Amino acid sequence: MELKSNIPEGRLEEKWKHHRDHLALVNATNKRKFTVIVVGSGLAGGSASASLAELGYDVKTFCYQDSPRRAHSIAAQGGINAAKNYTNDGDSTFRLFYDTIKGGDFRAREANVHRLAELSVNIIDQCVAQGVPFAREYGGQLDNRSFGGAQVSRTFYARGQTGQQLLLGAYSALMRQVGAGKIALYPRSEMLDLVVVDGRARGIVSRDLVTGQIETHVADAVVLATGGYGNVFFLSTNAKGCNTSAIWRAYKHGAAFANPCYTQIHPTCIPVSGDYQSKLTLMSESLRNDGRIWVPKKKGDARSPDQIPEDERDYYLERKYPSYGNLVPRDVASRNAKQVCDEGRGVGPGGRGVYLDFADAIKRLGMNVIRERYTNLFEMYNRITGEDPYRVPMRIYPAIHYTMGGLWVDYNLMTSIPGLFCVGEANFSDHGANRLGASALMQGLADGYFVLPYTLGDYLARLKAPKAKADQPEFRKAEADVRGRIEKLLSIKGKRTVDSFHRELGLIMWEFCGMSRTDAGLKEAIRKIGELKKSFWNDVNVLGSGEELNQALERAGRVADFIELGELMCIDALHRTESCGGHFREESQTPDGEAKRDDANFSYVAAWEYKGPDAAPGLNKEPLTFESVTLAQRSYQ
Amino acid sequence: MNLKLKIWRQAGAKKDGKLVTYDVKDISPDMSFLEMLDVLNEGLTKKGDDPVAFDSDCREGICGTCGCMVNGVAHGPTPATTVCQLHMRHFNDGDTIVIEPWRARAFPVLKDLVVDRGAFDRIISAGGFVSVRTGSAPEANAIPVPKQASDRAMDAAACIGCGACVAACPNASATLFAAAKISHLGLLPQGQPERQRRALAMVGQMDKEGFGGCTNIGECTAACPKEISQDFIARMNRDYLVASADKRD
Repeated sequence: MELKSNIPEGRLEEKWKHHRDHLALVNATNKRKFTVIVVGSGLAGGSASASLAELGYDVKTFCYQDSPRRAHSIAAQGGINAAKNYTNDGDSTFRLFYDTIKGGDFRAREANVHRLAELSVNIIDQCVAQGVPFAREYGGQLDNRSFGGAQVSRTFYARGQTGQQLLLGAYSALMRQVGAGKIALYPRSEMLDLVVVDGRARGIVSRDLVTGQIETHVADAVVLATGGYGNVFFLSTNAKGCNTSAIWRAYKHGAAFANPCYTQIHPTCIPVSGDYQSKLTLMSESLRNDGRIWVPKKKGDARSPDQIPEDERDYYLERKYPSYGNLVPRDVASRNAKQVCDEGRGVGPGGRGVYLDFADAIKRLGMNVIRERYTNLFEMYNRITGEDPYRVPMRIYPAIHYTMGGLWVDYNLMTSIPGLFCVGEANFSDHGANRLGASALMQGLADGYFVLPYTLGDYLARLKAPKAKADQPEFRKAEADVRGRIEKLLSIKGKRTVDSFHRELGLIMWEFCGMSRTDAGLKEAIRKIGELKKSFWNDVNVLGSGEELNQALERAGRVADFIELGELMCIDALHRTESCGGHFREESQTPDGEAKRDDANFSYVAAWEYKGPDAAPGLNKEPLTFESVTLAQRSYQ
Repeated sequence: MNLKLKIWRQAGAKKDGKLVTYDVKDISPDMSFLEMLDVLNEGLTKKGDDPVAFDSDCREGICGTCGCMVNGVAHGPTPATTVCQLHMRHFNDGDTIVIEPWRARAFPVLKDLVVDRGAFDRIISAGGFVSVRTGSAPEANAIPVPKQASDRAMDAAACIGCGACVAACPNASATLFAAAKISHLGLLPQGQPERQRRALAMVGQMDKEGFGGCTNIGECTAACPKEISQDFIARMNRDYLVASADKRD
């Protein structure tokens, strides 16, 4: 497979402008002759659907939720970055670009990241105009806060519900186009296959989750905006329904899957409390603005936190990283939490937790300020744990939160299948091996509002192939494949529930492909996943039929894909013998335990190619070259 | 703890439903209500019985997907809490819990506890937006917004669209839902140009969907997991009245 990144010529800061000036255009009156399918309605899919429909394309938007407003972007708490420099603290497009590329441990494409930083300012303008109620100062201007991995305050926020408000903004724009008849909405519909005709993406097969009806949809281009695959770990901060099936089907049709092993483990989540647990809850990174992270200096210190005197506490992030302190990037904070817990200094049940303490901030700023900043987060913590964080420090522990890997896309956000685009978390493009806080919202909206509407138009303007038709054999075959798979899942009638397989997969992934990885462990994981896959297809029990609302059937299809993806993640993690960002190979670390990159051998994007059900995937490499930054060992000390 | 559950079972939209009793054992007080239902469903599946269908997604109280009546109260006994964030420590060993779907003509039951809330989307589609094309926005700080207005708008914008207000209302009215969006946008300078049109269109759509009228009982606010204030209903009524008086044919 040839990977053409299509990065424009020219100086870094002029690439996007120059590229935009030369993209082909579709005449205003011709746009309505093109149909575009968008799968997913989060920040990326919602903003893309709305913007494409405003331009005049006929858009069909699909989501598995009962309403597009419920996509998991809604759960993002802390904020969205933009290089507005409203705080006059020296921020600039270059700084946001540099922080993001460094935060990603130099494993992202320079040109994409710079474009993201450029567009960040337009996003804030757009959202304010939609009526997103960002936090403001008394003078009526927008307020900013700080986030990890940056020394400037560039994060815009709407209390602790920034994702919700941005998504409702995109959703309102989308619903306006539904009302105008430019978007046909398919809620409670799941994409189960991609249709490729003569090498181009031409449609999808979907299942109506209420009636079970299998439908085929024809289009001129398909956009996947289906989010991340963190649920491969079963326990994650993702919504229960988040899944990999759409991008996994695309992978099987020839779309390269890039850097699948790059997963983000968020340092501040509520620790696991029991075997029944169905998901993990994040406590926003913004809390690290005012909360101080510590553990007792002594091993196995079982005293309650208020009984541990100041000089017997270890504020380990402030001690080890004086210039960033509690605001080091997520991968660094997570690894350090694991380290102190491995040393036996963890707190709470099972010793898997560290304190996030607000006592000093409350003393300094007063209860009211803390309440105003974090009410909903503190309430959520209280509801889940039964403890009051205004009085007792929070207990937190890292959890799977985001996946930087995803479908490989070129500079135009097109996958290696012509006509198939991928935006938001579902693609791999902007965060390298670690994403900085408040950058996911930025990327989703940049892709959907300001990149895809141009680049998709260029593809359509140059498209010479004839229109596809639903009665073509490719559509009939895809539909038959989908039906066959559903029948197979229903016919096994084994002894184990779908969730039991999912939990088992999650445990394998967390142990061997989680916060730290080794050669032996990954090989063990690949073997175990192989067995799990066999066992799943022989022993899963899915009751009911395919012609009704059947939630177990939905989950079964998703878990089957997660099992295969889990294997690919381990293969990728095994081949990358360096450490970088969230990918930590124990064999490759600096003397003080930081991730040690191997730029000579691994400065590339690993894009995996499907070679058939029983064949090993093929590795394609897109070299990463850096013109504007010098590669350095990341230091936050 | 051990519990007796009486759950509404209905195989499909056009089928009859009834309450069915189940026993669940060894429930931990730290479980969420939906995790307790997960335990029930794992047990039912192992026995070969159809698991109970219920909606949920984020399970952290923000997506608005989940929702059911717990002992006759929308989202259960804890105030300002969605059912996914309701924890079993609020129940006692030996309790009987009755679990039913949202009941409203505009929210038909699809299966068991799952209802169709598409009507909410159609109300937003009628006017719950600011018409601003992508790319046409002015610089974000060009229009200052008083902090008070912005905070108040955020209070209204916190609505998660779960439908508890409708389920709690004796009239099955969607007024709090519509009022929250009308107030959110009406409080901001960006929402002014379409303020009247918005109120007329959204209220009109709400009536068309078959929701009942508002008689200011206040059950909606009491049930709302985001504590959306009933004051917003007064704001909506004023906007609607002004818009109706001002309307030119």
